[in-house]
Amino acid sequence: MSEKEHHILSGRLINYLLQLADTNLILSQRNAEWCGHGPILEQDIAITNISLDLLGQARNFYQHAAQLINKTVKNSADDRTTEDSLAYLRTEREFKNLLITELPGTDWAHTVLRQFFISVYQLLLYEELQKNKDEQIAAIAEKSIKEVQYHVKWSGEWVMRLGDGTAESHLRMLNAMENLWPYTGEFFIPAKYEKEEIIGFDLNALKKPWLQKISTVLKDAKVWTAVFRDKTSGNVFMHSGGKTGIHTEHMGFILADLQYLQRTYPGAKW
Amino acid sequence: MNLPGLHIILSTEEKKIWEILESVVDPEVPVLSVIDLGIIRDIIVSNGPGTGSVEVFITPTYSGCPAMDAISVDIKLRLIEKGYKNVKVISLLSPAWTTEWMTDTGKEKLKAYGIAPPHPKQIVCESNFFAESEAVQCPLCDSYHTKLISRFGSTPCKALYQCEDCKEPFDYFKCH
Repeated sequence: MSEKEHHILSGRLINYLLQLADTNLILSQRNAEWCGHGPILEQDIAITNISLDLLGQARNFYQHAAQLINKTVKNSADDRTTEDSLAYLRTEREFKNLLITELPGTDWAHTVLRQFFISVYQLLLYEELQKNKDEQIAAIAEKSIKEVQYHVKWSGEWVMRLGDGTAESHLRMLNAMENLWPYTGEFFIPAKYEKEEIIGFDLNALKKPWLQKISTVLKDAKVWTAVFRDKTSGNVFMHSGGKTGIHTEHMGFILADLQYLQRTYPGAKW
Repeated sequence: MNLPGLHIILSTEEKKIWEILESVVDPEVPVLSVIDLGIIRDIIVSNGPGTGSVEVFITPTYSGCPAMDAISVDIKLRLIEKGYKNVKVISLLSPAWTTEWMTDTGKEKLKAYGIAPPHPKQIVCESNFFAESEAVQCPLCDSYHTKLISRFGSTPCKALYQCEDCKEPFDYFKCH
């Protein structure tokens, strides 16, 4: 392999790691907004626990990305990339998270349905990434799977409980379906840096098992067909852009919140 | 000494370090040492105290567990106190930590502390929706008549239960 090809490949790997990390970080931030506001104490603790797991996974991916960046770009010692500089000092267009993660929490139905969509996706994704030729990605995936299994179970149970619950909770789950569904197409469309040579499998192939798993739950929750009305799922307009840094209007507000301290007092520690 | 999952022959120096690490505890569950928890994966020593370097390999229980940073600092400090220089604590993610690596002594200590220990040999948790895991024994009155209140408790590694007999709520160190 020529040096140039090697350079391109490592650039793609770094971008891919950033996407995995950003998706976890932004969802973690959104879930953490429930801290002190959960419907009951136990569920407040549950959603913030999930938030913590996602943050931990984000840190693992950022640390690995930082290491690779420092290997590729020879910065001076005090200008080295760290997990913190990646999280706190990049701008909106540099973030590669899935769009669905940056949408406002709105209500509990939106929160648990989004978590369910993402957790089922992450479970399938990490099962593949466990086999990645990059040993550190494989190790992070192996570690994360055990946590994600808990997230799938918790969020799936909530989707059923609300969807098949009272008239009010059913309506809220329907609204959440309508609002969130158009952001799920992006999961399976590979960005330039998500080619098989980097991620080790065909991203689009996750779509079928994902649909199968979530449709079972959404049918039990009585919100499966409602969202499509007379259309088939394939015809719903799907948003995309997050993976390449084109975000919704909500993203800037999240970063303002998340990055405020480090931007105002650079290098602050506590 | 019980070294879960490891099959290595220890040098005297390494044995000494394992013994020192017995005194480093989990800040969230202070009855458990890092050895009870099964998070010490390997120790590599070159030369004796005063001159040599020590590498301690640890593995996190959960990716986001804030106790890991504290534990890693405590390990370093304790070894430096004992005269070791160049102490490095290295985090390994694979193989992923499992509650199976918790020692039997650790499980007994947990129960005495009022936290139900993880079930032995249970690797895969019940993943079907609404399916209940195996009955968890109340650490206070030993009844199996208990119910899950929340799968997520006061720390990432615990779930919240309540005993239907003695009515006490308690933490369960969940299988992982």
